[in-house]
Amino acid sequence: MAIKVEHIDHIYGAGTAFAQYALRDVNFTIEDGEFVGLIGHTGSGKSTLIQHLNGLLRASNGQIYYNGECIYTNDYDMRALRGKVGLVFQYPEHQLFEADVFSDVCFGPKNLGLSKEEIDARAREALGQVGLDESFYRQSPFELSGGQKRRVAIAGVLAMHPEVLILDEPTAGLDPKGRDEILEEISELHRKKGMTIILVSHSMEDIARYASRLLVMNQGEKVFDGTPKEVFRHYRELEAMGLAAPQITYIVHELQERGVGIPQDLTTVEEARDAILQAWKGK
Amino acid sequence: MLREITLGQYYPVDSLIHRLDPRTKLFGTLVFLVSLFLSRNIWGYLLATAVLTAVIRMSQVPFSYMIKGLKAVVILLLISVSFNLFLTSGEVLARFWIFSVTREGVRMAGFMAVRLIYLILGSTIMTLTTTPNALTDGLEKSLGLLHKIGVPVHEISMMMSIALRFIPILVEETDKIMKAQMARGADFESGNLIQRVKAMVPLLVPLFISAFRRATDLAMAMEARCYRGGEGRTKMKPLHYSGRDHVAYGLMLTYLSGIVILRYL
Ligand SMILES: Nc1ncnc2c1ncn2[C@@H]1O[C@H](COP(=O)(O)OP(=O)(O)OP(=O)(O)O)[C@@H](O)[C@H]1O
Ligand SMILES: [Mg+2]
Repeated sequence: MAIKVEHIDHIYGAGTAFAQYALRDVNFTIEDGEFVGLIGHTGSGKSTLIQHLNGLLRASNGQIYYNGECIYTNDYDMRALRGKVGLVFQYPEHQLFEADVFSDVCFGPKNLGLSKEEIDARAREALGQVGLDESFYRQSPFELSGGQKRRVAIAGVLAMHPEVLILDEPTAGLDPKGRDEILEEISELHRKKGMTIILVSHSMEDIARYASRLLVMNQGEKVFDGTPKEVFRHYRELEAMGLAAPQITYIVHELQERGVGIPQDLTTVEEARDAILQAWKGK
Repeated sequence: MLREITLGQYYPVDSLIHRLDPRTKLFGTLVFLVSLFLSRNIWGYLLATAVLTAVIRMSQVPFSYMIKGLKAVVILLLISVSFNLFLTSGEVLARFWIFSVTREGVRMAGFMAVRLIYLILGSTIMTLTTTPNALTDGLEKSLGLLHKIGVPVHEISMMMSIALRFIPILVEETDKIMKAQMARGADFESGNLIQRVKAMVPLLVPLFISAFRRATDLAMAMEARCYRGGEGRTKMKPLHYSGRDHVAYGLMLTYLSGIVILRYL
């Protein structure tokens, strides 16, 4: 059990006229090695929620446990927690500040107080994981393309060797190719290193493809928690919340209504293709 | 984290004070500031206190919220109070080392402190109850006369309103970048002075970059929408005085005469 969230509320601007509930009684447990997708309409509290998981925001009520330890006890080491629960913010390229790519990636491990060799090794490894080779090391991060900047920022978090990696819309504003590459790299970290991943996304296709479990937020509350197939079965409720199921789900439902015998809970294009081919051959 | 700065931040409730015309509030603030400098004795300050309390009440902004703006100027306040306390000559009350406290000094320091605090509260009420846009509209209109002698009033007020608009954005941005760096293990809270200054680099560099980016984006967006300065530009919501503004002006004049009379008591 990596992260356990118990009854957390978050109120922004508590005690002023701006007071606003951003989270309301949220509960869940995330096990080691899971790949969790976090979805919700804009303003539903996703970014707020994930900032609780590494202690950047403090819950107004409720408790959070990391590996069984309550992170709100007084002598809990928050900086160590931030090393273990890596958080990549929305538009992380805005946090770059160093003169070159390599030094920027070194910032995180340096803050962990590691030796020079260890820092170097980690930075190289992290840049490799996001697909940036040595030719980038000495470039200014401000002269890179949007997608390359984003990779540098992700590498900056990876270099801290987190046990849990949380990414807030890592693909926002990228072209389809850049998006697929970044998601592939994340998925590889999950498969090869067994890293626990929490991925915030607006794209149901991406989520259905990579996540093995989905959390759905609506107006600060957790409304669904289950496998993509279970969650997308509620596609009408999702629509009412301003979300949708993956496009393919609609085609599958349409086909079914017209009497094509295929299973209902198909969420990726590949699954649907196989099922449709099978149904067609069977005829 | 950084949301403590109240100066220049609008507090959205619907009160009588909020609904006043910005020009009325600007003038009222001016009257109040002048009255603070006109008062010479305790009676003047008592009247000012009564009026300030009434206005704070009417504005429906929680007092605790307003006080936050004062925290930023505590140092300034302490310095000016101690200057007055120790450096005014007169009848000596107490002496330590090379400093001596005089009766006049205590009096001056007391008035100085009250004056400064009221000054800040008075202007904070205005910024808390008036949106930055309304405020600059009010300024632009009130200073319209200066335009005739060649002062670029519109440009100045446009710059002001943009600057004001940018304050909360930059505060938010600072908060975001700070969190992003903290997620990478940055520590802004401990260490000695030099370490702390060094720790600011990862915050300030991205902040400046984003400020410049926003500024160029805004300039481009304004040009794309054919902004070309103040000449011949009309308002979507022109300012109009209503009944309550006339009443407010009446009360202000009464207050000011009260202060002037009390000055000679
Ligand atoms: N720093 C803040 N101060 C006050 N309110 C905030 C702050 N940050 C977020 N909120 C509010 O909290 C609510 C949840 O915001 P949050 O950023 O968590 O949404 P989100 O699900 O990440 O949305 P998006 O998909 O657009 O990123 C919103 O209503 C937002 O207005
Ligand atoms: Mg968000």
